[in-house]
Amino acid sequence: MKDKNALAQAVGMAGVIQQTAGHKAAYNSQRKKEGEGRSCIKYRCGLTNTIQDVLNQRPGWVEVKDDGEWDFNWCDVGWLRENFDHSYMEEHVRICHFRNHYELTRKNLMVKNLKRYRKTLEREAGRLEAAKCDFFPRTFVLPSEYHIFVEEFKRSPGSTWIMKPVARSQGKGIFLFRKLKDIIDWRKDGTRSEEQKDEAQVESYVAQRYIENPYLIAGRKFDLRVYVLVTSYIPLKAWLYRDGFARFSNTRFSLNSIDDQYVHLTNVAVQKTAPDYDPEKGCKWQMQQLRCYLTAKHGFETVQTLFKEVDNIFIRSLLSVQKTIINDKHCFELYGYDILMDQDLKPWLIEVNASPSLTASSQEDYDLKYRLLEDTLHIVDMEGRLTGKEKRVGGFDLMWNDGPVYTDVGLEALGCSCLVANTHLGCVNDRQKQLQHLLKPFPGQKRT
Amino acid sequence: MMDESTELSVSITQIVQRLKGTHLHSQLEKQAKECMHKPEIKLETLKDDVRRLLKASGWERKLQNAVYRELHILPPPGNPRAPPEHTKEPLAYMCKAQLSWEKRILKSLNSMCTELGIPLARKRPVLEQKELTNKWNEMGTDEPDLSKFRPVYAPKDFLEVLIGLRNLNNDRSEDLTVRSNWGLIQVSLNIRDIPQMRETYPELGLTYGQLGIDDHTHVPPDLFESEHILIGKKVVSEQDSAAAQQYSRQGCPTGLRAQLWTLILNTTDDPEVITHYEQLKARVIHHGLLVDNLIYKDVKLTASNDDYYFVFEDYLYQVLLCFSRDTAVLEHFNYNSATPPKSHIQSKSGSEQCAVVYPPNGVIPFHGFSMYVAPLCFLYNEPSKLYSVFREMYIRYFFRLHSISSHPSGIVSLCLQFERLLQTHLPQLFYHLREIGAQPLRIAFKWIVRAFSGYLSTDQLLLLWDRILGYGSLELVAVLAAAVFAFRAENLMEVTSLASAEAVLADLSTLKVMPLLQIFLFATSV
Repeated sequence: MKDKNALAQAVGMAGVIQQTAGHKAAYNSQRKKEGEGRSCIKYRCGLTNTIQDVLNQRPGWVEVKDDGEWDFNWCDVGWLRENFDHSYMEEHVRICHFRNHYELTRKNLMVKNLKRYRKTLEREAGRLEAAKCDFFPRTFVLPSEYHIFVEEFKRSPGSTWIMKPVARSQGKGIFLFRKLKDIIDWRKDGTRSEEQKDEAQVESYVAQRYIENPYLIAGRKFDLRVYVLVTSYIPLKAWLYRDGFARFSNTRFSLNSIDDQYVHLTNVAVQKTAPDYDPEKGCKWQMQQLRCYLTAKHGFETVQTLFKEVDNIFIRSLLSVQKTIINDKHCFELYGYDILMDQDLKPWLIEVNASPSLTASSQEDYDLKYRLLEDTLHIVDMEGRLTGKEKRVGGFDLMWNDGPVYTDVGLEALGCSCLVANTHLGCVNDRQKQLQHLLKPFPGQKRT
Repeated sequence: MMDESTELSVSITQIVQRLKGTHLHSQLEKQAKECMHKPEIKLETLKDDVRRLLKASGWERKLQNAVYRELHILPPPGNPRAPPEHTKEPLAYMCKAQLSWEKRILKSLNSMCTELGIPLARKRPVLEQKELTNKWNEMGTDEPDLSKFRPVYAPKDFLEVLIGLRNLNNDRSEDLTVRSNWGLIQVSLNIRDIPQMRETYPELGLTYGQLGIDDHTHVPPDLFESEHILIGKKVVSEQDSAAAQQYSRQGCPTGLRAQLWTLILNTTDDPEVITHYEQLKARVIHHGLLVDNLIYKDVKLTASNDDYYFVFEDYLYQVLLCFSRDTAVLEHFNYNSATPPKSHIQSKSGSEQCAVVYPPNGVIPFHGFSMYVAPLCFLYNEPSKLYSVFREMYIRYFFRLHSISSHPSGIVSLCLQFERLLQTHLPQLFYHLREIGAQPLRIAFKWIVRAFSGYLSTDQLLLLWDRILGYGSLELVAVLAAAVFAFRAENLMEVTSLASAEAVLADLSTLKVMPLLQIFLFATSV
């Protein structure tokens, strides 16, 4: 045990020098959280990508394998499904998923929850307020909503629809269609794999109105990947990460080629299999890049409005499942939101991922995911270094805390009643500096 | 020697000459004629009334902007009896070097042409023309076989030529003394030191607000940013070219930059601009040039591989292919020390050869050339607009980065300035790098030739180019190069080889340009 502690200390030392050089002691007198001063945190990690490195290099954190007791678990959803209900977790323990996250992340359930929330909102607050939920293209769950889908389909002849499997990711099983005939054929089609036919769920697909006028940059379609961290649903506490990226389709957009899934799907995983994919060629732009480009094109105010609407998507989608998700104080979750913009600069929600890819496609991508995960762990705060009153931790800005969160009042607000939302998606992420001011050094580490 | 007033009248005559016959001229005439119908015009005060009306309707401003633009590209004043070659480049050894460099490039181009058996120019068959027209907006999807094409030259070849420059009137010993040049450039030119630059660039000083510094998140916007944006909006609404240039010295707000740059460069949305572009496009469709392949290759190798610019691949073809055919660009050879390359083309009868300028615009692209255009795609996406902005920037500034001249914004001066700044203010570093065989210019040259395009992150690059436009000079490129070395001096002192020095300076994407420039210019002790 002594050796292990010494090792942890040594790892801690090395880690601090390597990662957190320059962290100054910033002792503040506010009350410390429970679990403070924990100098050795045992973690379990079910993934072998960036998160592995982040956990490994965090001072004072030690990996336990197999059946060892853990304080922190970064698991995949499969493990969660099998083990969550049988695990007893002490008060301080944290795990990276909510038990029934699929209420938000599975397309059919998300649609159901969102539609229900919208109805409630319309009843309680009127049509205008409910219209704020109209960021989701018309979607129908199949086969249960097949008939209303057909009605809607016939009402807009010539429009394009997209069929998506409910529980799949990385663009698998998705196709576009314009004629009902196409899906009738598909239903009978033997090309669907055995796996698909054996879907235990009755409702395995959604049909969604395809956005035919996506915003294009240099003729290419792209979507946005944004990261939102939820540490509690009741009350709802959600953080928005400043970094993110735009994923470009490798080929030029045209409605003529709906069979060419490479044109329409911007998932990097799909792009990687496209014939002209060149891994050396970037497919991504950092969010800051995109924001800069859009501002240059459309002006500052327009882009601000756009990003405000994007914030609205996060908040409304989370509120719509607030009462459905089992709120367990042990749980937190890092969501990957996929957003698409159309030519009128309206953002649309495509989907929410409970396990956004943490595998890096390039050094830049690795650095982004590393910081994202590091900051996530700062917020989960196993070490008890935060007071709980922070509005910003590293690259995360507190977006919703049982109500909207506003930035601290600046000079301009004196005598002016405008409130500015505390979100900075695509803005400068000077997290190192901010963390230096914010965080005390890791437990067991001397003041520098 | 002409006195100032004679110089002035000569310039005025030149400018009037150039503006006569332009679209603006005919528009002004038309406007003036229309004014005549207005009731407030009186015969007795005809001239003044018309002038007043033109001023009120914004036409005087347009004329001012046009004159201002002409001033930018006016050939340097000189003795009226001096031949034009002497006016564009007064130093004989520079002229000679440029000439021999041109010969080399042309020879390389011609031999490539002969080796590959591809004509310098050919008329496209009708089918090919049709295909190209259809594919005009997505030429990037084409994957022609470019393996046999090599760039005509790369920046490092050009560097070797500059290193070899010698002024026979001023031969120095090769000994290393405090006074000699420790660097690679071994000619003396009049370049400025920091105290002089402080006077030239006061707006970059510590007491002035800057975009790139004072728009940082923790700085309250009222201190500078909000006011600056308001002023920017006013400048744009006034459509004042000179004001825009002055304004740009403190940086352009992202949302206003596109308009401000077009104002500074005086590129308009006139129909004639669009027509001109369409004509160039038609030329591209009808004839294929050998240099087209070089352009393709360059774009594929550089811009397409860049994380920021890969998206704009198609725009780059649309601009560069047209650029090669734009004979209007030949005008800039009036003040460029270079001369347009001529190739011999068989005349139609086959009996004789005549010399024609090739490529038609007189500019042979080199490896990395497309990076001059790439950052502009961030600001403009209508091809004709993007084209006119690029062309204007090229004929005002970029051409100086790859022709040998003694001009203060020319590549030779910039390189020398970079080395001198380093030698004067970071002598230990320079000496150390020299000793380990890592001459600083070998690393910095590629940054300077491209005005840092592709090395800095886009937003930082645009802030730098704001100042290039604002001050009408490329000098800050050299200063920035020195500032980068100063910034990484500590790490550089530890390296022991050229390769490790390159590694320290390989990634500039995290650098913040304005603080580096400001500190180097205003916080270095002199």
